[in-house]
Amino acid sequence: MNEIVHKEILTPVTKKIVVNAPLIAKKAQPGQFVMLRIREEGERIPLTIADYDRDAGTITLIYQEVGLTTMLLGLMEVNDTIMDVAGPLGLPAELPESGKVVAVGGGVGVAPLLPKCKELHLRGVNLTSIIGARSHDLIILEDEMREYSDDLHICTDDGSRGFKGFVSDKLKELIDDGMTMDEVIAIGPMLMMKAVCEVTREHGIKTWVSMNPIMVDGTGMCGACRVSVGGQTKFACVDGPMFDGHLVDWDEAWRRANAYTEQEAIAVEHCRCGGGNNGC
Amino acid sequence: MAVKKRVEMPTQDPMIRRTNFDEVALGYTEEMAREEASRCLNCKKPLCVEGCPVSVDIPRFIELIKEGKFQDSIDVVKSTNSLPAICGRVCPQENQCEAKCVLGRRGDPIAIGRLERFVADWEMAHGKSEIPNVSKTGKKVAIVGAGPAGLTCGGDLAKLGYDVTIFESLHEPGGVLMYGIPEFRLPKSIVKTEVDYVKKLGVNIELDFIVGRTLTIDEIFAQGFEAVFVGSGAGLPMFMHIPGENLNGVYSANEYLTRINLMKAYLFPEYDTPIVSGKKVVVVGAGNVAMDSVRCALRLGAEKAMIVYRRGREEMPARAEEIHHAEEEGVEFHLLANPVRIFGNDKGWVTSIECIRMELGEPDESGRRRPVPIPGSEFVMEADTVVMALGTSPNPIIVNTTDGLSAHSWGGLIVDEETGRTKRPRVWAGGDAVTGSATVILAMGAGKTAAKDIHEYLSSGSEDW
Ligand SMILES: Cc1cc2nc3c(=O)[nH]c(=O)nc-3n(C[C@H](O)[C@H](O)[C@H](O)COP(=O)(O)OP(=O)(O)OC[C@H]3O[C@@H](n4cnc5c(N)ncnc54)[C@H](O)[C@@H]3O)c2cc1C
Ligand SMILES: Cc1cc2nc3c(=O)[nH]c(=O)nc-3n(C[C@H](O)[C@H](O)[C@H](O)COP(=O)(O)OP(=O)(O)OC[C@H]3O[C@@H](n4cnc5c(N)ncnc54)[C@H](O)[C@@H]3O)c2cc1C
Ligand code: SF4
Ligand code: SF4
Ligand code: FES
Repeated sequence: MNEIVHKEILTPVTKKIVVNAPLIAKKAQPGQFVMLRIREEGERIPLTIADYDRDAGTITLIYQEVGLTTMLLGLMEVNDTIMDVAGPLGLPAELPESGKVVAVGGGVGVAPLLPKCKELHLRGVNLTSIIGARSHDLIILEDEMREYSDDLHICTDDGSRGFKGFVSDKLKELIDDGMTMDEVIAIGPMLMMKAVCEVTREHGIKTWVSMNPIMVDGTGMCGACRVSVGGQTKFACVDGPMFDGHLVDWDEAWRRANAYTEQEAIAVEHCRCGGGNNGC
Repeated sequence: MAVKKRVEMPTQDPMIRRTNFDEVALGYTEEMAREEASRCLNCKKPLCVEGCPVSVDIPRFIELIKEGKFQDSIDVVKSTNSLPAICGRVCPQENQCEAKCVLGRRGDPIAIGRLERFVADWEMAHGKSEIPNVSKTGKKVAIVGAGPAGLTCGGDLAKLGYDVTIFESLHEPGGVLMYGIPEFRLPKSIVKTEVDYVKKLGVNIELDFIVGRTLTIDEIFAQGFEAVFVGSGAGLPMFMHIPGENLNGVYSANEYLTRINLMKAYLFPEYDTPIVSGKKVVVVGAGNVAMDSVRCALRLGAEKAMIVYRRGREEMPARAEEIHHAEEEGVEFHLLANPVRIFGNDKGWVTSIECIRMELGEPDESGRRRPVPIPGSEFVMEADTVVMALGTSPNPIIVNTTDGLSAHSWGGLIVDEETGRTKRPRVWAGGDAVTGSATVILAMGAGKTAAKDIHEYLSSGSEDW
């Protein structure tokens, strides 16, 4: 179990791996995630199940290398085994059976968006997708998104492809041009999700976001993942990770996500200089 | 006969130990153990045994220590208590076995826990823990959770020839013994030795397996298991729901201790998981969990490590020894005080905590006098880390995903106490999942009770439940 059976480099900072995890593959639903740990000294980190193949018994993880654990994971190759993979965790996304949905994905956020888009497509829901990244070479999963969407818009911050600007700007443009929708699903960096919520708020469009707070266990045991939603404290790992974006306290979420910035830098530095045996 | 004083157990010097995670209590030497054992009256009607939830034959094992027959002694203990090295360290003996010892009426009771620890440690160092040869029944039993309840139930059933699989959600077995209780009080090598023994008995432990998510109990039955024991503990943290509780630097004790113990954040950056523990740490609560947290705070470099507790000294629920050790290490106790809000800076980090003084009123349902706030007595304490150690409740994941189980409103599974049977046929439960946060020995006792009933049920061949 937990062997990497396939690996792809999607962008200079994003990798995709397919992992042999039959039990998880069998149960996974769009919106759920796994907790993984890659070595004895390792941290437990959450990654969304970007896709699953129940017959092959595999799950797909797509991740951006942002710190120590994701960098070390990036060094793992086909046939290597991930020490611990636990799941599926979190509540499955509540997806509509019909109507019209706009899916907005920023950066690696397109990965967790993908299984929801796939499911919406299977259900026959009309889907417009807007995906974006800083630059054209950082766009991921374009082909898959195109397959599941009735309409796909690509945005880049630097204008090197598609619409020049943020995905939230593109959404605003579509709404201003008269497009209507039953709900929006927005996944990506926190600032992006917040910006999307600001666009949809004034139009009263229900907007789901996927929160990615720091987690330790992922099973409701520690409260590290707490987010304030509508004035109530929720644990993202068991009450989420999807929440009504108009109710999320974004400032608090942002502060909490950055609680360990200093330590995260130390961890990477330590691994580099102390390394060798860690293979980095 | 002159009443001899109890033999003290050597400990690391408080000022040194508050800077390391090594075990605080160092254990008896052979001489010390034999001397302490020699104080035991070997009572005809030993009251001490009544105080032990698993009825260890205390006079007998102590007699054997006196005679220097340590292997025989540990065998006696192990015939009813499968985790003696752990119980000897963490049982609240002053409320259990030692509370009942007749010698306690006129002087010091026998140090039963320390003696139990001594023989258990002796065996780990010298003994040959034998694996009994059992004939297999061919029946499969599943256990949820590798804490003391699950390990004990699994161990007992394996000895009876069942094919036992324990499903554990974390990446290490041991439950609270691994993620909650710190190294300096219960070395993890001891927990590992005990877990290894259970594995040697033939118990299979599946880690990273969240029952209710990876598979439900119904799906486990569908795989051919004939009985399920739920020992999933009481893992959900409580918060006070006061302003400022989500500031950076406010931890639940579960998160704080899990980072430190399970993830070894005290060894960061050798280990990857960080913790931010400040110079002025306030821990709210006064149970074992609070003592463990506040003493970890000292070891992580706190200059001031403080307990804030709404009742008085008498009411503190922690083991007497832990309170004593905490005091020796320089922990400050702010009793009869309760937090009302937490303040932070513009970056969202804790800076101080406002508390209100309390006084004790009429006794409440728990029989303890109810703390009531004194109006206008608010005061502010500086703090850069706050740890909420307010208690825990059972995780609803199992009840929510299993047909036919029922639970109290606070989450505890409803079972028949005599047998551990839940409302769902062929599902037993015990330990903190049933009682809410209690003790290691009670969890073990519940695991044993259920193992016995599971065996009776499965070996009777009856199909009526
Ligand atoms: C439910 C959920 C699903 C996620 N799915 C994906 C995904 O599919 N692809 C992907 O690339 N990322 C995903 N993330 C984010 C991913 O977990 C973090 O990028 C990862 O933990 C970073 O670890 P690190 O050691 O590499 O970096 P670190 O150096 O530890 O941290 C770098 C950044 O990651 C954040 N972070 C650190 N530790 C954690 C943690 N334990 N949990 C969450 N965030 C953390 C920090 O706030 C910081 O901004 C998800 C997060 C959550 C909560
Ligand atoms: C910090 C701390 C200090 C303590 N100090 C003392 C002390 O000094 N003396 C004393 O006697 N008691 C002490 N206690 C209490 C004692 O540890 C508990 O009463 C005891 O561990 C309960 O045992 P248990 O087996 O019922 O549950 P736990 O030890 O909680 O074990 C339950 C296990 O089940 C697993 N689990 C939960 N849900 C699932 C699921 N869905 N699927 C799979 N696995 C699951 C958990 O991960 C865990 O490993 C302390 C508790 C804490 C937290
Ligand atoms: S198991 Fe606990 S209560 Fe029983 S004799 Fe040992 S220390 Fe005392
Ligand atoms: S009651 Fe005390 S003195 Fe009597 S047998 Fe028990 S431990 Fe020994
Ligand atoms: S990650 Fe621990 S409670 Fe959510």
